Amino acid sequence: MKLHFDVPGDDFTRAGEASGQVKRKLKRLGFPPDVIRRISIAVYEGEINMVIHAGGGAADIEILPDRITAVLTDHGPGIPDVELAMQEGWSTAPDNIRSLGFGAGMGLPNIKKYTDMLDIDTEVGRGTVLTMTVFVNRK
Amino acid sequence: MTVSELSEKMGLETLVPGDPTRRVTGGYTGDLLSWVMARANEGDAWITVMGSINSVAVAVLTEVACIILSEDSALDEDARVRAEKEGIAILRSSETAFRLAVELDRLLG
Repeated sequence: MKLHFDVPGDDFTRAGEASGQVKRKLKRLGFPPDVIRRISIAVYEGEINMVIHAGGGAADIEILPDRITAVLTDHGPGIPDVELAMQEGWSTAPDNIRSLGFGAGMGLPNIKKYTDMLDIDTEVGRGTVLTMTVFVNRK
Repeated sequence: MTVSELSEKMGLETLVPGDPTRRVTGGYTGDLLSWVMARANEGDAWITVMGSINSVAVAVLTEVACIILSEDSALDEDARVRAEKEGIAILRSSETAFRLAVELDRLLG
């Protein structure tokens, strides 16, 4: 099963739609709660990242019996230093984002923490593609 | 202890009832949403000053039992609407997060 979501670029109130719908869908399909929690938090962090940094993007979710893969594509500025961006607490989010409770520098670290596989394909000026997978029967 | 029992014992104001029979099994305090997403557990009563729609999204994703807004912090109207739709209980108190956490810990034993 494949799901596609457009993530709006300037609207925090709509970020969370993709992760919320994925969560409901997986619940109906009977996936384990832990798997649902991990992939939906990872997708939400990805949505928020796209709103803060990239002017929006798209989320494509593939649901298979043994795994869920989410591909988050944006055409934002790209990540100049992925290693730095993966460090907890490092953030380039502006102050107005911090006042909303984001910008703690935990987005990508959280995504890595919650997924079993994470690939970051990014280039400055072109954008970023995050491919993340959560396996159903793996710790 | 259920959300409604907790609310009564702690003298909280109910802004969105959500599911009052939901069990509270722990607590978490924090205002940085990513931090909360990484650390809060299912069934926690989450104490925060962030009454935004994003807090409701975090509550849905982490499956906390309820949100407790400390120090009479404001609940945005769009957050209230989303919480009603998602069935997330939102309670409020004039107490600080610290006082609420101490009380919650005492009640949970």
